[in-house]
Amino acid sequence: MSETTAGLTFIAAMIAALAATYRPLGDHLYRVAAREHHRAVERGVYRLVGVDADTEQNWAGYARSVLAFSAVSIVALYGLLRLQHLLPLDKGMPGLEPGLAWNTAVSFTTNTNWQAYSGESALGQIAQTAGLAVQNFVSAAVGIAVAMVLVRGFARKATDRLGNFWVDLTRITLWVLLPICLVAAIALLAGGAVQNLTDTVQATGPAGDTQAITGGAVASQEAIKNLGTNGGGYYNANAAHPFENPTSWTNFLLVYLILAIPFSLPRAFGRMVGDKRQGLAIAAVMGVIASVSLALVVGLESLGNGTVPQAVAAAMEGREVRFGVPDSALFASATTLTSTGSVNSFHDSYTSFGGGVLILNMMLGEVAPGGVGAGLYGMLVLAVVTVFVAGLMVGRTPEYLGKKIGAREVKLASLYFLVTPALLLVGVAASIAVPSNLESMQEAGPHGLSEMLYAFASASNNNGSAFAGFGADTPWFNTALGLCMALGRFVPIVLVLALGGALARQRRVPASAGTLPTHRPLFVGMVVGVTLILVALTFLPVLALGPIAEGLQ
Amino acid sequence: MIRLPRWASRHLAALRALAVLTVVTGVLYPLAVLAAAQLPGLDDQAEGSLIYDSDGDVVGSSLIGQSFTDGDGEALLEYFQPRPSAAGDGYDPLASGASNLGPESVVDALPDPALGWDGDENAAKSLLTQVCERSFAIGEREGVDGSRPYCTPSGGTAVGAVLGVYRSEGTSGEVVRAVSLNEECGTVEAPFIAAYGGARVECAAYGEDHSAAVVTPIRGEAPAEPAVPADAVTASGSGLDPHISPAYAELQAARVAAERGADERAVLQLVEEHTTGRFLGFMGEPAVNVVELNVDLDRAFPLT
Repeated sequence: MSETTAGLTFIAAMIAALAATYRPLGDHLYRVAAREHHRAVERGVYRLVGVDADTEQNWAGYARSVLAFSAVSIVALYGLLRLQHLLPLDKGMPGLEPGLAWNTAVSFTTNTNWQAYSGESALGQIAQTAGLAVQNFVSAAVGIAVAMVLVRGFARKATDRLGNFWVDLTRITLWVLLPICLVAAIALLAGGAVQNLTDTVQATGPAGDTQAITGGAVASQEAIKNLGTNGGGYYNANAAHPFENPTSWTNFLLVYLILAIPFSLPRAFGRMVGDKRQGLAIAAVMGVIASVSLALVVGLESLGNGTVPQAVAAAMEGREVRFGVPDSALFASATTLTSTGSVNSFHDSYTSFGGGVLILNMMLGEVAPGGVGAGLYGMLVLAVVTVFVAGLMVGRTPEYLGKKIGAREVKLASLYFLVTPALLLVGVAASIAVPSNLESMQEAGPHGLSEMLYAFASASNNNGSAFAGFGADTPWFNTALGLCMALGRFVPIVLVLALGGALARQRRVPASAGTLPTHRPLFVGMVVGVTLILVALTFLPVLALGPIAEGLQ
Repeated sequence: MIRLPRWASRHLAALRALAVLTVVTGVLYPLAVLAAAQLPGLDDQAEGSLIYDSDGDVVGSSLIGQSFTDGDGEALLEYFQPRPSAAGDGYDPLASGASNLGPESVVDALPDPALGWDGDENAAKSLLTQVCERSFAIGEREGVDGSRPYCTPSGGTAVGAVLGVYRSEGTSGEVVRAVSLNEECGTVEAPFIAAYGGARVECAAYGEDHSAAVVTPIRGEAPAEPAVPADAVTASGSGLDPHISPAYAELQAARVAAERGADERAVLQLVEEHTTGRFLGFMGEPAVNVVELNVDLDRAFPLT
């Protein structure tokens, strides 16, 4: 079997695995979010937390709870990172500097997992396991919870009640993320991922070279880092590290974990709004965009254009032998199409156009399929924009799922779409205007701009991967990227919750002959088109200066 | 009892929720996985797939690549050599990572001739020059042609074959000047080509700024599929890649066998035993585990 055939089979197997998961996992997500009664374990948690689980919140109350929980998380994680040297199992690591601690705390609370530090040389075991990995769970749960609120906005009528944040947070963590992670972590152990409390083991090789073999609670963190579309590696090399991703089949498992929940959430959405075809249509939009992007990255990397890849005769720089070029490219696509940012190969060394598509994946707003929860709410916002555009064409008030898309809804959707491009472009422009920031670029010319562009695309869209040659651990970038992560996460969340509130207040309008059916291929095509046109209009100029200029040299 | 204001009770609930979830996901969950890691069949992997010698000392991990070099960093010819590594000084698990050099990293930052590559900390080799150097060094070591596209054909001091071309209209028009950007004056007798577009090619003088020139890599005559495999001249993503391609292992077998006075077929047999194919026939790429192979090599064909 040739490398290309094997790569294509790998992709086909991945699509089959995701298709097989769509229904059971989507139904499970639906039951977790929609179940009426509380289980005994859940009641125990609510008692410890001290909240009334039987009272649902309006959108503003829900938003205040999300923000309070995230603010407390940032402060607690900041403290933990600053004071990690006072804890046991600290491996002798000092507390992080204030700028780096702020950046890291924001990064993990916002589901970004941008890493301006190196895991094995900066963090002790408790900071990783009881700090970062906890945020991997709860930030993922927050994303799914917010998506559920927007879906309830479509599903409910004439109410301001949209669910209870503490209930959603608890249930998603306990019944969705934890069980899948337990199974996945044990599978990773079988593949060779490490899970121990060892600091390092000293080894002396046959040729006399000494090596410090690192330990840690890696398997448990690896599972949630991918399932929760977080992406923060235990080690600096992330999922390229053999202790995180030891074999070609664990590589398959990790890509599957990244995509499983984002691709299944549309099914839960369809069930909640009482029309499974609506869920299938949203999944189809995600699938179409993801397939095109995937084909581009795998194709471009396999072709291996560019001076160095041509000299090498393969785009092998920054890739592991056990994965090879096509499977690495699939991982890179999956991680940037979602908000994951874990990597099994290093994107800075990708071909100019291949790396450009990775940047474009993030610029799409990570909606195909996007981060856990964030992908679904982002895609539903785009669906709202699409019915609005369609409504303008035929000159009637648009509606989606029986809800009128009026001025307030369109304003909220438009603001949502504008947040991350504004952060990204203003961030890059402001950074370039300060001459000392140019020293962070590892390479001169267009590739240097691509590195900075990637950093801001990654932070603003809460991805977390990088063109890692970029020197981001400076006061300017720690602060600016930290702000982009925080604003890129919480401003859209508040807008989505407000949109959910505006939709839930309405009664349902019955479908008429003039209603645009939103479960047909025509609508799928329109959402794809609107997404691509909006993103292309926003970002083409800056892409032309970076990856496109580099590739055309 | 004092009733807290709404905002304070909300943040208190958030703190308590974080505490409860930290216990569940940050303590109980990793401990449960740790407990599973004690099961027979999983315990060796969870400890890091360590390899022990006959005295019970750890010689490495079968998942973590290591260097097989002498004190000066020169390749030990009696061992199979791993891929280049960007982790610290090479295969340092405390500094895992990649080079992160881009596909058009082709121009070296040349060193001050008085200090040389090792002494001048502002000097840096481009990825292209690193690839060319490695390819020729391996070609020489294994007795095959080390030439590659876009590399200067000069055996011992191969660098990226890249010209800085000055044209009459800036980026277009007649060539008015051409500089071989990676060949520093004083280190080469003559640039790798004599003339380009009618202009004589100059060597690069230290300190001269060529950022106004058009960077032009020269393909040369080397075969598109070089004799030295791709993985042998590129650094991995982790810097700890324990594997090489079967092609690179086969290339090294004759030399290793000769150094050890062993039969080449027997060495190739050992390579075969440490080769893993694609999982289920389609996942990943075939790979040879260099660490395990070298450890077994010492057992099967001990150095006297």
